[in-house]
Amino acid sequence: MTTQISTAKPGLKQWLTSDTPQSRWQAKCGRAWLGWIKFSENKLAMIGLSVVVGLILVTIFAPLLAPYDPLAANLANRIQPPSGDHWFGTDQLGRDILSRLIYGAQYTLLIVGLVAITAAPLGLLVGTAAGFFGGWIDAVLMRITDVFLAFPKLILALAFVSALGPGIENAILAIAITAWPPYARIARAETITVRKEDYIEAARLQGTSNFALIIGHITPMCMSSLVVRVTLDMAGMILIAAGLGFLGLGAQPPMPEWGAMVSDGRQFLLEQWWVATVPGLAIFVVSLGFNLLGDGLRDVLDPRGGD
Amino acid sequence: MSAVTRKNRDGRTRARLFSGKAGSLLRLVFSLAITFFGLLLVTFLIGRVLPIDPVLAAVGDRAPQAVYDRVREEMGLNLPIWQQFFIYISNILQGDFGTSVLTSNPVLEDIKRVFPATLELATIATIIGVILGIPAGVFAAINKGKWPDHVVRVIGLAGYSMPIFWLGLMGLLVFYMKLDWVAGPGRLDAFYVDFIEPTTGLMLVDTLIEGDMDLFWNAVSHIILPASILAYFSLAYIARMTRSFMLEQLSQEYILTARVKGISEHRIIWRHALGNVMVPLVTVIALSYANLLEGSVLTEIIFAWPGLGLYITNSLLNADMNAVLGGTVVVGAVFISVNMLSDVLYRFLDPRARR
Repeated sequence: MTTQISTAKPGLKQWLTSDTPQSRWQAKCGRAWLGWIKFSENKLAMIGLSVVVGLILVTIFAPLLAPYDPLAANLANRIQPPSGDHWFGTDQLGRDILSRLIYGAQYTLLIVGLVAITAAPLGLLVGTAAGFFGGWIDAVLMRITDVFLAFPKLILALAFVSALGPGIENAILAIAITAWPPYARIARAETITVRKEDYIEAARLQGTSNFALIIGHITPMCMSSLVVRVTLDMAGMILIAAGLGFLGLGAQPPMPEWGAMVSDGRQFLLEQWWVATVPGLAIFVVSLGFNLLGDGLRDVLDPRGGD
Repeated sequence: MSAVTRKNRDGRTRARLFSGKAGSLLRLVFSLAITFFGLLLVTFLIGRVLPIDPVLAAVGDRAPQAVYDRVREEMGLNLPIWQQFFIYISNILQGDFGTSVLTSNPVLEDIKRVFPATLELATIATIIGVILGIPAGVFAAINKGKWPDHVVRVIGLAGYSMPIFWLGLMGLLVFYMKLDWVAGPGRLDAFYVDFIEPTTGLMLVDTLIEGDMDLFWNAVSHIILPASILAYFSLAYIARMTRSFMLEQLSQEYILTARVKGISEHRIIWRHALGNVMVPLVTVIALSYANLLEGSVLTEIIFAWPGLGLYITNSLLNADMNAVLGGTVVVGAVFISVNMLSDVLYRFLDPRARR
């Protein structure tokens, strides 16, 4: 049977589902394919994925998609209701809300992207080091993690932003500082389960250094739980970033950040409700997308987390 | 653990530090102290990296250099940094959080004044969240995979994804501005505000003490919308956790035994299974309560609710750092304490955790 498959010229699908992969690469692709099949059966997860992909596409093609300049004020045309010219109306300076929404997607993606690529590796490093070395290193690192976990996130981010000064860079930094501790916890738990495994011992006997052990042999084992958790957390990051923007501590005007746009619309809430409603809906849809995607990923990558 | 004492190699028994009941309490206090120390260290460091010069803020930018130096010395800013940290800790332990620039009151006094408003809001929200969240979670669990389960799941996910400040604005728009079912921002109508003497600081309690039912119902109509909006977030969390705890219990053998004995399904679910779920749920409820104290920051701003969140934000926008850091320490301390309390409560309620 095995010879049959390897000698026949297989199609792509056969190559992916082969139970006797010829190379590591093939085995990896096969696993990914099986995961994708399971993932794509979950309708809610697919909706989440399309929202996130949509966000990324909108970010890339913003200049092509936006009908107007998001910063061009036109006072003669202020707070217009939704119409054919302006699908979501205009704001208090006569700027087209749809165009501002489209450009605002860039800030949202920038914030979650930067937070994820700073906070996740930091948490991973702290957690794997704590779990791998154990002893006093573990005790010290986990105490620090507990202190940061003990802070309510928004309050800590507020305090940091107030110290560093408002602005989108400082908001990103503040959110990253508050976001890493759960990743450290997860990485440590995964590290402890694998550090006594035979394959680690085998690698050590071959003269692999501690550093290379952590990076090459332990980190990969933490990745799937970490990816799930980061995706689920992205919704929370979007909400905190929007909250900071709403308070005037995140992105500064005239940047079309969604939280700040809701704040702009507050004063016209009764008569011109769309100014505040539409950007809020955008925040809601995008963070719901990340939540659905994360839920679906958890079912595929981390079966223990599901019920 | 039963091993309170452990045989040494030479056969003598030796009392272990941190074991037994007193030991576990001691360990709890120890870890509480460490965490609180860390909290103060972080707020202290935040205060240090600050671009605002506290001396300049006190003397003004026209003060001569000699005055500036003297004030700097009085403030202890020329001391080594570890000494400054030591002074900071001992001040805070004595309840001295400095003076608010904005209100020119001691920060602790300000916090005492505004905290009851936050507490009242979070408490009402938690009550609503528990009353609706637990049945929703149970309902989802017994209908696992069917439409009630999906409805509860979607409501929960929406709760996790909703920007609270936006939901608050929409609530105001629909229920206050358009439908006029509830009262608007603030804790009482402006007309009533001077009528009430703060005894406990909890408006619902104070109005009842005065026996003025008009005022009481006015306070209710003010708190109901912000509390419901906050409650939505704890409801989402409580319902999800209830669901997964219930599923775990319903798959246990004692449930099967009860069914075999012919006990009604109703009793099995609400008595047997839910009874066992209540213990871990207490922890969940405590956590969501602590989270509401935080989540109320944005809600308080939307509803002009004069609580801790509004106080911190107003101070922040006015660069009043003593007030911001004082508020942060208080929120952090409450957060840590509630977490610890839920831990203790869990051990107290669950006989298995005590063994």
